[in-house]
Amino acid sequence: MTADNTKERRGFRASDIWLIFGRRGSLKQLSILGALVIIIMIFQIWTNGTTLSSGNVINLVQAYSFILILSVGMVMVIITGHIDLSVGSVAAFVGIVVATSMRDWGLPWWAGILLGIALGAAIGAFQGFWVAYVGIPAFIVTLAGMMIWRGAQQWVGQAQTVAVPDGFRQALYGYLPEVGPATPYNNLTLLLGLIVVLAIIFFQVRSRAKRKSSGAMLEPVWVVVARTGLLSAVVIYATLLFASGRVGTSFPFSGIILAVLILFYAFLTSRTKIGRHIYAVGGNRRAAELSGVNSRRTDFFVMMNMSTLAGVAGMLWAARAGAAGPGDGTMWELDAIAGVFIGGAAVAGGIGTVFGAVIGGLVMAVLNNGLQLVGVPTDRMQVIKGLVLLVAVGIDVLNKQQGRFSFIGIMMAKLKSGRTGGQLEQPQQTSISDKS
Amino acid sequence: MAHEDANLLEMVNITKEFPGVKALDSVNLAVRRGEIHAICGENGAGKSTLMKVLSGVYPAGTYTGDIRYDGSVRRFSGINASEEAGIAIIHQELALIPELSITENIFLGNEITSMGRIDWDEARRRTNELLQRVQLREDPDTPIKYLGVGKQQLVEIAKALEKDVKLLILDEPTAALNEHDSQQLLRLITDLKAEGMTSIMISHKLAEIEQISDSITIIRDGKSIETLSVDGTVDEDRIIRGMVGRTLGNRFPEKSSRIGDVMFEVRDWTVQHPLDTTRLVAKNSSFRVRAGEVVGFAGLMGAGRTELAMSIFGQSYGVKVSGEAFMHGEPAKIRTVKDAIKAGIAYVSEDRKSLGLNLLDTIKRSIVAAKLGRISKGSVVDDLDEARYAEEYRKDLRIKSPTVEAGVDTLSGGNQQKVVLAKWMFTQPELLILDEPTRGIDVGAKAEIYQIIRRLADEGKAIVLISSELPELIGMADRIYTIFEGEITGELDAARVDQETVMRHMAPTQKGHAA
Repeated sequence: MTADNTKERRGFRASDIWLIFGRRGSLKQLSILGALVIIIMIFQIWTNGTTLSSGNVINLVQAYSFILILSVGMVMVIITGHIDLSVGSVAAFVGIVVATSMRDWGLPWWAGILLGIALGAAIGAFQGFWVAYVGIPAFIVTLAGMMIWRGAQQWVGQAQTVAVPDGFRQALYGYLPEVGPATPYNNLTLLLGLIVVLAIIFFQVRSRAKRKSSGAMLEPVWVVVARTGLLSAVVIYATLLFASGRVGTSFPFSGIILAVLILFYAFLTSRTKIGRHIYAVGGNRRAAELSGVNSRRTDFFVMMNMSTLAGVAGMLWAARAGAAGPGDGTMWELDAIAGVFIGGAAVAGGIGTVFGAVIGGLVMAVLNNGLQLVGVPTDRMQVIKGLVLLVAVGIDVLNKQQGRFSFIGIMMAKLKSGRTGGQLEQPQQTSISDKS
Repeated sequence: MAHEDANLLEMVNITKEFPGVKALDSVNLAVRRGEIHAICGENGAGKSTLMKVLSGVYPAGTYTGDIRYDGSVRRFSGINASEEAGIAIIHQELALIPELSITENIFLGNEITSMGRIDWDEARRRTNELLQRVQLREDPDTPIKYLGVGKQQLVEIAKALEKDVKLLILDEPTAALNEHDSQQLLRLITDLKAEGMTSIMISHKLAEIEQISDSITIIRDGKSIETLSVDGTVDEDRIIRGMVGRTLGNRFPEKSSRIGDVMFEVRDWTVQHPLDTTRLVAKNSSFRVRAGEVVGFAGLMGAGRTELAMSIFGQSYGVKVSGEAFMHGEPAKIRTVKDAIKAGIAYVSEDRKSLGLNLLDTIKRSIVAAKLGRISKGSVVDDLDEARYAEEYRKDLRIKSPTVEAGVDTLSGGNQQKVVLAKWMFTQPELLILDEPTRGIDVGAKAEIYQIIRRLADEGKAIVLISSELPELIGMADRIYTIFEGEITGELDAARVDQETVMRHMAPTQKGHAA
C-alpha cells in the first residue's frame, strides 16, 4: 500500500489528544477515570504513601476483586434494564456449598471450583427463568433470591464457618511463584507485564493495519504512539509494584482471573452479537424484538451469567478468608450496583460499559480500602461511600441537562466539541438538519 | 397593520442562538385576532424553536427581539407565565396521563378545590361542558388510555380551553390522525375560530393548511421568508416553493411498468386481538405482491393494516388463527421475526421512535442491527465491515450527518426514517412492508423517500406501502388494497382511481369523510 491512497490526517491538532483515549463515547468514562485517579491521589497523600505500596496494591486486588467481578456482571444486567439484588447471597451460598462438599465428600479443589461455577449457573438459570419466561421483574425475583440463598446458606452451613482445603486456597488465593534467577523482583510477574506490553503494541499496530487495508481513516501516528506509550507506562508501573512485594507475594491468581474476566466481557459486550443484543434490548425492547432479537433469551443469559459470576466471587472470597462463613457477601450487591452507576450506566438501561463498571467498581474498592487504611470506622465509611455515589451520579446527571448552567457541563461541552472536530471520518456536509 | 388591536401577537426580530447555531434569525410573525395562522417550514427550519420562544420554554433573556402580545411587550419567564397570559400549546407528543380519567387530566395541576378537597362533581360538570365544546362524546370518567389518539387530542384542546386560552398553538395536530379524525379536528379549530379563538397551527400537511388557515408564514433556515394570506391564489406548490426555496419537480417518481411474477402471497390470514380473543383484527385476508410492484394498503386508523402487517412479520402482533404465506410460490413458515428476516421480509414500522430504532444507538450500530450475521464471523462482529457498510448506506441514502458515529437521536425525523430504511435494506429483503414511511417528515425528505421506494421496486423488490395519505398511495402504488375493520374490501388499480373511490372502499358504511 503506497502512501498516497491512505487517508491519514497530517499535522498536529490539540483536539487529537482525546483520541489517545479511544475513538468514541469514552469521554464520560474519562471523567470517571479522572475521579478515580484523584481519589487514589488523595488516599496516597492521606496514608503517607501506603495506598500505592506493593503490599497494599496486592491486597487491594485480592480483597476487592469480588466487587469488580460483580460489577462486570451487574453492568450487563443493568444495561438490559434489570437489576440483581441477590448476588451477595448467591456468592455466600455457593461458597458454603463448595466448602461443605469439599469437606464432607472430599472433593478435590478443582472439582470444588467446577461445582461452584455450575451451581452459580444453575441458580442464575432458575432466576433467569422467572425473569425471562414468567415475566416477573428482576427486582422482585432477585429480592426473593436474596432471601432464599441467604437462608439456604445458613441452612447448609448450620450458621457455622466451614474451612476450605489448602489446595483450594492455593488455587484461588495464591501468587505467581518465584522462578529463575534471583532478582529483586518476582520474575514471572515481570514476564507477565512484558507480555501485556507486547500485546498492547501488537493490537495497536494490528488495528491500524486493518483500518489501513480496509481504507478507513487513520489516526495520526503520534496518537497511536502516545496511546501505546501511556498504556505501557501504566502497565510497567503496575508490574513493578506487584513484582516488588514482600518475598513470597507477587501478582495474585485472583488478579489473573479478574483480568481474564474483564477482557472477556469487554469483548463480549462490544464485539459480539450477544453483546449487541444486550444493548438493543436495554435501549428499546420492542424495537429489538422487531429486529429479530430474542429478548427473552437475552434476559435469561444476563441473569444466568450474573449468578455464575457471583459464584466465582464467592469462591474467591472463601479462598482468601480460608473458610466460608454465614456473614459472607453481606451487602455486596450494593457495592457492585454503586460501582456500575458510578461507571456511567443508566437506571433505565441501554447505557453502560464494562470498562466504566470496572472503573466504578475500582472507585468503590479504593474507597473501602483507603478508608480502612486511614482508620475511618465502618459507620462513617458507609456515609462517605453513599455520598460519593450521590455526587458521582449527580455530576453525570447535571452534565446531561442541557441549557442549564453548570460549570462542568460547559467544560464538557467544550471538550466534546473539540473531540468531534477531530473525528476520523471524512468531513462531510456538516448540517444535521433538525434540532428544533 | 397599524391598528393597535388588529394583531393579537407580534413577534419582532426574534433571534435565538444555540452554541454554534443560529436557530432563529430575525424572525417576524404577526397573528391577527381571530385568525388561523399556519406556520410552514421544513424540519429544522425553526418552527418549534419559535414556538418555544413564544411559550417561554426559552425564557426572556435567552433570545433577542420583542414579543408583543395582547397590546403590550411581554417577557415570559417560563411556560407558566405564558399560560397565565392565555397562550396554550398542544404538542405533537401528547402530555396526558393514560391511567387517569378525562376529568382528572383536564384539571390536573388546576384542581377545583373547596377547603383543600377536590370538588369532583364540579370538575365533572365543567368537563362535560368542555367535551361538548370540542364535540367529544365520552364519559368524563373514561381513562385516557381507552381513547384513540384523535380523541386524546380533543381532550388536550379541552384542557387548554379550561384555562381560558386566547391563543391556541397546535404543533402538528393531525400528524398521528387518520383522515376522519383529522377532518373532525380541523372542523373544531374552525368552529373555535368562529367563537373568536386565535390559533397558530404548525403542520406538514399542506392540504389542511390550505383548507383552514387564513394566513401562512413560511420559515426557512431560521428566517421568516414571507407571509401569505390564503385566497384563491395560494396552492400547495406555492407553499412548497417558499419552504424549499425552489420549485420541486414531480413529487412522485415515474412508475415503472416492469412488474414481474407474484413474489409474495397471503391467503386467508386471520388474527385475533392479543387481549380480546373475540375480536379479529384481520379476517380472512388474502393478497398478492409481485416483484417490482408497489402495493398500497389504504384504511382508516384502526382498520387493521398495521396489525395485519405485523402479524405477517413473524407474528409480532396478536394471535394468528389461520392463514398461509407463500414466498415465490413456496409455503413460508414464519413464526418469529427472525424467520421473517430470513425469508427476506422487512417491516419498517409506523412508529420509528418506539418500534423502529434504539435512540441510544449510533447510526452505524442501528443500520446493522437487524442482520448482524452479515457483518459477523461466528458470533464476533467485524467493526470495520460494520463501519464500511454503514458509511455506504449513509452516502447512498444521503443521511444528513457528518459521521455514522453520531447518535440517531441527533437526527431529524426524515433522517431517522432513512436510517430505519437503511437498517432494513441492509437485511437484503425481497419484500419490504413500509408502514407510514413518510409520517411526520418534511416535504424534501418525503420526496427522497419516494425516490428510494421507487428504486427498490425497480430493483425487483416487492413493496407493501401502508399509508394514511391518499395522494401518496395513489402517487406511489401500482395497486391498492383497501381494508375496513380487518377485512380487505377492495382491490383497485391505482392508475384509474381517485381519492373518493379509495375513500368509499376504506369506509363502506360511512359516507362523506373525504374532504
